[in-house]
Amino acid sequence: MATNSMPQNQPVGPSADKISRDLLRPIFHTSPLYYGVVAVLVSVVLAAIAAFLYQAYNGIGVAGITRPVFWGFYITNFVFWIGISHAGTLISAILRLANAGWRRPVTRCAEAITVFALVIGASFPIVHLGRPWLFFWLIPYPSERGIWPNFRSPLLWDFFAISTYITGSLTFLLLPIIPDWAAVRDKASGTRKRIYSILALGWRGTPREWHRLEMAMRIMAVAIIPVAVSVHTIVSWDFAMAPVPMWHSTVFGPYFVAGAIFSGIAALIIAMALLRKFLHLEEYLKPIHFDNLGKLLLVMSLLWVYFIFAERLTVWYGNEAAEMAAFWSIQRGKFAVLFWTMVSCNFLVPFPILAIKRFRTITGTVIASTTVVVGMWIERFLIVVPPLEHKYLPYAWGSYRPTWVEVTITVGTFAAMGLLYLLFAKFVPIISMWELRAGGHGKQLAPQAEPVTSPGVVPWHRTMPSTGD
Amino acid sequence: MNAIYGLFADSSSAQRAVLALRGASARLRFRADGIVVLSSEPIEEGNMGWERERTAMPWIAALGGVLGGISGYALASFTQRTYPLPTGGMPIVALWPTGIVVYELTMLSVILTTLVTFLVAARLPRYRRRLYDPEISNGKILVGVTDSDSTTWSELEQTLYHQGAERVKQWPAT
Repeated sequence: MATNSMPQNQPVGPSADKISRDLLRPIFHTSPLYYGVVAVLVSVVLAAIAAFLYQAYNGIGVAGITRPVFWGFYITNFVFWIGISHAGTLISAILRLANAGWRRPVTRCAEAITVFALVIGASFPIVHLGRPWLFFWLIPYPSERGIWPNFRSPLLWDFFAISTYITGSLTFLLLPIIPDWAAVRDKASGTRKRIYSILALGWRGTPREWHRLEMAMRIMAVAIIPVAVSVHTIVSWDFAMAPVPMWHSTVFGPYFVAGAIFSGIAALIIAMALLRKFLHLEEYLKPIHFDNLGKLLLVMSLLWVYFIFAERLTVWYGNEAAEMAAFWSIQRGKFAVLFWTMVSCNFLVPFPILAIKRFRTITGTVIASTTVVVGMWIERFLIVVPPLEHKYLPYAWGSYRPTWVEVTITVGTFAAMGLLYLLFAKFVPIISMWELRAGGHGKQLAPQAEPVTSPGVVPWHRTMPSTGD
Repeated sequence: MNAIYGLFADSSSAQRAVLALRGASARLRFRADGIVVLSSEPIEEGNMGWERERTAMPWIAALGGVLGGISGYALASFTQRTYPLPTGGMPIVALWPTGIVVYELTMLSVILTTLVTFLVAARLPRYRRRLYDPEISNGKILVGVTDSDSTTWSELEQTLYHQGAERVKQWPAT
């Protein structure tokens, strides 16, 4: 009788050895292309740093921000990058808690995006300062400086929220890397071995270590989800707490969180596609991963449309003069081109691609994600600038035009993101090897073991310290 | 410390080896808690016939969160009272904004407590030389016995091979 059972002793997916070989290859071998890309990115980042130093030396006046628009590209970038950071840790934590098996090759790519996007985003309040060397005045603690921390200010809440999120995301990223650093240690030699030995903290893979790691990851996953939600909610309150037309809205919290997850998933899909292509990870980052993330992106696209419709409908229905001035400037005034580009990028283009299964391929999801990233940056810009140009008193209206300094720094952040990601992929297996193995990759199906019939099961920590000392 | 260990290709043969070693511990004069299992992926303790160890990590994390929340309130409250801003008759230490600070510091403390508790509970970092084999990184599972009588090693070696060990080695390597 024919059966569907798999033959015994056949590998399921790539073998454990192949997983090690494939995923450690980028660490031990560096191609000329890698150096070339790094060189290009470094030069763009250096240009951005030079622009920042130019601004620090000559004063904030070299940027385009001036009365009444004191928030321009810098705060747009701040909101955008904090939003992008919602790709990783939040999604990874949700998938971990849901025990979604397909998450395994995805989580580390995602968590790395979070950390780097947060670092880039959190640097913008400092870039935005007229005197950035006094940034530590932002830190709210009792002091004799005569600067009184205002705990009613959302900007101060940002400090706490972003600090917590960076700490949590970094921990969430680094904890599961420890076993993989141990794997690199075992393969490396010389100085590299010494460095990875330190990083691996003496990890050996005892049951105690695994148990504690999994428990820590579970606690972290539970803790990080509300933190992630709170971060972008608080970023939205930077706007919603201000009496500025089209900002003072109760929907801003969830609207920002939804937008953040939306742009975050898009960034994740792009990063995964690049990693797949250039690190030859076709066996690990499969079409099913892009398909699943594409479905998530589709849901977030619909949610984004819902929020933007709800937000704009209530403003239009209220018909308040100051709000309508900002409203119409966005919808059919000087910002109309940007507005309709945003709608196209965030909905009109990605929706059919993601909704029709035939188009939800790797290429399709990457195209949709690219438009979403562009659209979400424009969305952040449209939230920040037009309302500031149209505040309540018409005599105080003004306009904003970014300068080369702001444009250079903005471009530099995208290069910085790419650079940090490339460097990360050079020092850390970009896909968690142990999680892949635990998920069944590389397993040999052995003959079924006898059931455990050991008489008198004894707690293992009493019988087996598992430290091997 | 000395040890003899086998490298296994899969968890079921490693599981059988652990059970065989436990059964033979009295006869071969080694302590059952001298059996070591090292792997490159998590192994369910239940699969080895052991009861999953309980850990207080979640409770410690929760306690850390409570302490963090109290610290957050103390920071916000003390700072606001020390440097009071004009609030037009509203309370100096207001519930809603202080609540946000308390919330964030609560979560920060949960995260930091979890990190510290993990390191302490997993006994990391630990750089001293201990029983290990780099083959573990290739997916092999190490099952061995530490501090056993070396006169019984040949029998232990046979036991490990019999249960499916691909190789049996001594540690430190002779």
